[in-house]
Amino acid sequence: MNSFVIGYYALLIGASCLAAYFKQRQIFLLIFSLTLISFVTGIIGGVPALRFITIAAGLLALAAGVSYAFREFLIIIAPDGVAKELRTAPLTAAFGMFVIFTYAIAGIFAPVIAPFGEAEVISSAFAPADENMLLGADQLGRDMFSRIIYGARNTVGLALLATALAFIAGALAGLLAATKGGWFDQFMGRAADVIMSIPSLIFALLMLSIFGTSLVVIVVVIALIYSPRVFRLTRAVAGNVVVMDYIEAAKLRGEGTWYLIRKEILPNSTAPLIAEFGLEFCFVFLLIAGLSFLGLGIQPPTADWGSMVRENATLISFGELTPLIPAAAIALLTVAVNFVVDWMLFRSSGLKEV
Amino acid sequence: MGDILQLVLKRLGLGVVTLFVISILIFFAVELLPGDIAQAVLGQAATPETVAALREKMGLDQPAILRYFQWLGGAVTGDFGVSLISGERVSTAISDRFVNTLFLACYAAVIAVPISIILGVIVALLRNTLFDRVANVVTLTSISSPEFFLGYILILYLAVKTNYFPAIASLSSDMSFGELLHRTFLPALTLVLVVTAHMMRMTRAAIINLLASPYIEMARLKGVPAWKVIVKHALPNAWAPIINVVALNLAYLITGVVLVEVVFVYPGIGQLLVDAVSKRDFPIVQACCLIFAATFILLNLAADVGSILTNPRLRHPK
Repeated sequence: MNSFVIGYYALLIGASCLAAYFKQRQIFLLIFSLTLISFVTGIIGGVPALRFITIAAGLLALAAGVSYAFREFLIIIAPDGVAKELRTAPLTAAFGMFVIFTYAIAGIFAPVIAPFGEAEVISSAFAPADENMLLGADQLGRDMFSRIIYGARNTVGLALLATALAFIAGALAGLLAATKGGWFDQFMGRAADVIMSIPSLIFALLMLSIFGTSLVVIVVVIALIYSPRVFRLTRAVAGNVVVMDYIEAAKLRGEGTWYLIRKEILPNSTAPLIAEFGLEFCFVFLLIAGLSFLGLGIQPPTADWGSMVRENATLISFGELTPLIPAAAIALLTVAVNFVVDWMLFRSSGLKEV
Repeated sequence: MGDILQLVLKRLGLGVVTLFVISILIFFAVELLPGDIAQAVLGQAATPETVAALREKMGLDQPAILRYFQWLGGAVTGDFGVSLISGERVSTAISDRFVNTLFLACYAAVIAVPISIILGVIVALLRNTLFDRVANVVTLTSISSPEFFLGYILILYLAVKTNYFPAIASLSSDMSFGELLHRTFLPALTLVLVVTAHMMRMTRAAIINLLASPYIEMARLKGVPAWKVIVKHALPNAWAPIINVVALNLAYLITGVVLVEVVFVYPGIGQLLVDAVSKRDFPIVQACCLIFAATFILLNLAADVGSILTNPRLRHPK
């Protein structure tokens, strides 16, 4: 029993007593169950396990603090209408926005932030970290940290491009199908059915094996795979709008299809479409990461998170954590986008639960 | 009874048609190659004579439609032609690996399905409590992580640092069943983590949806005890959505298995597909894609049929 363990339990038990005294039932339950879990893990894992729990709790508290501060910051700088909405955002959504903001900064200013170029060989292979290289070198002696920063630009940029293309194609087809109906609607619907009945990764592998792995091919293939999802959603959403009276009125006025789509239908179906864009981005991002990991995505020497994991995987068998950082970066961004999308869906639609 | 049979047969027919269209897509996608397969295999440097010879050997001088039906006929009887690289029969290369992949997927499913349904129901009953929110964040994180991230974390902590399980899932034919389970535990666990998170969230949504229906409220208002509401009123109606959730997620396993097999160097069909893609070995790619797509369609079909069978309203359509 050293002072760390005594302090650890004293803090937990003190906090749970405080929570119980002030009738904070949920907080009390959380802290007290943490205490009980600590007893068990402390006996099995000893002091290191308790240290691990402390660090995890500290990180969680730090994340919560950062997201709270970031939300308050956004509320102050945003115009009135937006600020009112932001006030309803849960901490998870604020955290998501903060992470997306950080990634955007890293991606846009990559050449300024990164100390070395993405393909610059500066030391021996797998050199350990020193004062020059924050995270050490990769399998060819390039700076890992710089490559991760550049990866934010390459991987996320490619995913954004593919998502945007899938979205534009899918949404346009969906809107046209909803307004025009008839054989066009039928044909697009069946085509979407066929594409969606092949697993996306398998379809992507088939296409890439045929057309090779250039960036253009990747973007087009991924747009082809994911546009049916957007098509279905847009068609469903726009289908509900098309039957409204004001659309009828606009048609009687003699407005064309393009006017109907742009001025009447689109403004009334943006909220679910924006949420769908976020979800779609997550799928595309994970698919691109998977393809790159398999060596079929972005080709070297361009820095890319998926292939970085694969190339440095040998380090894992020596107990090193560094190869996992790019993978963690992928997971973190996807989680962040999901948090924001969750909040938007909750706000905009019928996901309000009992 | 005749109605159900008709409905199921109709759904089955639709599945067969979809599979047929997909086989056309898979076959003719390869025809889109600039030049043709022979040219692509031999590369730019090949002399016209060798290309012509290979073309003859592969039967490429026949029209594409004819070759498609030959290929489809072969595929139905389990003959997918010959590998372009090794010259081995595709069916022999695939058969063992397919069994391995099926084993891995079943292993993961057997663990994941009961856990996720039980947890999903618990989370749905405790909705909007702190426990529910924590579960929400944890499952979301698990869904958002690429499979290889989870896989390598498990390797790092359960294989490299502690040595509980082997990091590489190599198989041999003389292994006992217990050793087989031990060897393939980490890949199975990776799949379980991803699929459980998906299934939990979907089960939760389905149950919450159900608990919001008027007849549940009615039961509560007339004073039925909480457990009886669940067992007598909610559960019989929950089977359809739960069966749906399970089948859809098993279909999801199909894609997940490819990445997991590569991470753990597991001798399955997913790894074979990835190798064939990078070597541009088209007969193998086509065969693997067809098998994956067929399994995917089959599971989606099972989801549909399952929900028809457990839902009296669908069983007796007006």
